[in-house]
Amino acid sequence: MDLQTLSYLFVGATFALYLGIAVWARAGSTKDFYVAGGGVHPVANGMATAADWMSAASFISMAGMISFMGYGGSVFLMGWTGGYVILAMLLAPYLRKYGKFTVPEFIGDRFYSKTARVVAVICLIICSVTYVIGQMKGVGVAFSRFLEVEYATGLFVGMVIVFFYAVLGGMKGITYTQIAQYCVLILAYTIPAIFISLQLTGNILPQLGLGGTLVGEDVYLLDKIDQVVTDLGFKQYSTDVRLSTLNMFAYTMSLMIGTAGLPHVIIRFFTVPKVKDARSSAGWALVFIAILYTTAPAVGAMARFNLMQTIEPSPGEYLVYEERPQWFKNWETTGLLVFEDKNGDGLVQYSADPATNDMVKIDNDIMVLANPEIAKLPNWVIALVAAGGLAAALSTAAGLLLAIASAISHDLLKGMIAPGITEKQELAASRVAMGLAIAGAGYLGLNPPGFAAGTVALAFGLAASSIFPALMMGIFSNRVNKEGAIAGMVAGIGVTLFYVFQHKGIMFIPGTEFLGSMKPNWFLGIEPNAFGVVGAIVNFAVAAAVSRFTAPVPQSVRELVEHIRVPVGASEATGH
Amino acid sequence: MSPLTEQQAKEYWRRNVSLMVKLMVVWFVVSFGCGILLFDFLNQFQVGGYKLGFWFAQQGAIYVFVVLIFYYARKMAALDREFGVEED
Repeated sequence: MDLQTLSYLFVGATFALYLGIAVWARAGSTKDFYVAGGGVHPVANGMATAADWMSAASFISMAGMISFMGYGGSVFLMGWTGGYVILAMLLAPYLRKYGKFTVPEFIGDRFYSKTARVVAVICLIICSVTYVIGQMKGVGVAFSRFLEVEYATGLFVGMVIVFFYAVLGGMKGITYTQIAQYCVLILAYTIPAIFISLQLTGNILPQLGLGGTLVGEDVYLLDKIDQVVTDLGFKQYSTDVRLSTLNMFAYTMSLMIGTAGLPHVIIRFFTVPKVKDARSSAGWALVFIAILYTTAPAVGAMARFNLMQTIEPSPGEYLVYEERPQWFKNWETTGLLVFEDKNGDGLVQYSADPATNDMVKIDNDIMVLANPEIAKLPNWVIALVAAGGLAAALSTAAGLLLAIASAISHDLLKGMIAPGITEKQELAASRVAMGLAIAGAGYLGLNPPGFAAGTVALAFGLAASSIFPALMMGIFSNRVNKEGAIAGMVAGIGVTLFYVFQHKGIMFIPGTEFLGSMKPNWFLGIEPNAFGVVGAIVNFAVAAAVSRFTAPVPQSVRELVEHIRVPVGASEATGH
Repeated sequence: MSPLTEQQAKEYWRRNVSLMVKLMVVWFVVSFGCGILLFDFLNQFQVGGYKLGFWFAQQGAIYVFVVLIFYYARKMAALDREFGVEED
């Protein structure tokens, strides 16, 4: 069977599966819709969290970024896993004990203020929308390749599918669907990686293959890659620091604390039955995530190696453009791979020097999808990767849209503007909110502020600078008061947004950058994607200072803080 | 309300925080320490084809994170039992 038919078959079959599950588990009440009635087993919840978490950024984009960043790509690997340690120890058990539906609800109660809740909702919407833009980039890449159309068309098709998908089910549908999605995406990720690892190093485990020697040679794979890339003027793969050590530190930290501040991940820990389960659930989630995250560096390195070998099989011997392989032509159709014959010799020369480099555009986000084709794997493996990429993008987009919808309908509408609305009206409002969020994110996804993983990193920075500090202070301090928390969140996200928009444009719209006379990355050489940690420090500092000079926290709130620190006690808010 | 006296609640919290701090130190050392700050130093050692600093940054830190969470969950479950605050 040819590749196109196989891809339709795989994608069609997996979609039918997800939709079937979503219909079967259709949400009945609002509680089902948001948190699946509070009764999901920790292993199941961990797996669903992993699917929810591993988005297009992890599946489609991250290994591609690592491919071209080398060691610098480690910021994603450590940042997006290390956050679970923070989550498991510092946040999840206490938020589960508190037992409400949404993150703004906790912030509103702990800081005894509707204003605090509104500020949290706004922060949450800004982070989530930025995150969805990154997903939309991934969805666009996957659909454009899958349907063999231009990126913009692929993006539009993706938007429509995500909309139907997210609107149909709520959390319950999503929890079970996401378990299915995890299985699809992890198989789709590891099977080609195992094939390629066997091909190149003879080792069945990519994690070991990356540290192994090339088949038939006495050279380590990583040393060989270092040599191939440096010969063409690129930086050495295994030591290529991203801008500076400080920048890498800040980037990793931003992603870690952003993980612990992202509402769609936190909301997961409201769905386990007990506090104990909230702790182990984070561990299970990380186990399932680590399977992909420890494979990703091998995928990235091997993809880079195969790409280089295809274009220049041996030094000085170049690929003839007219004889380029099919995957090359397919990606040219999407506009994400661009060849320009600078010296007119009909050969493909790829180097770090812009004057002679013919590969004028290799969008990093195509690497994972192109990887099995570059390695000449069987068609069914390539079709499987397409299905996996779409599963990853869909599951996260749906989870995020749910977080946005619940923020708007539950926190803003029901919690503040119109407390009298019925459950039905609340559900309807949340569906409208989802539709608007998809449309907005899709539009902004036409000109994304970076590769999918980079855009998602911005979302993490925003969460790191606003929600994470508020939650931390809410649990670990009984001195930070309402004024402090509000001022902290506003200052933290404000500083971060200012720095990001200054570099990337207001709401990432091209042409609205206001960098002025400032150099890029002017603050200690930290790039905007890594700036969340600076915002977080500002948030903590402002909150502490303001709290000192304003009225102390009331006694009832102090009791609330004492109460959430111990697993048993009054108020079983989820009522199971 | 909580079944603990104020004294017990304080003690429970103190032990929780002290465990947390220890584990967070490990968390910091394997990622920010070995993977970033000590990267150049550790790279003089080699594990198979991996330079050691590179291995921590792209593999090792992740394995340690997983162990840390389960260790914490187990220790806390024991602490919950000791103070009689585990859930049914």
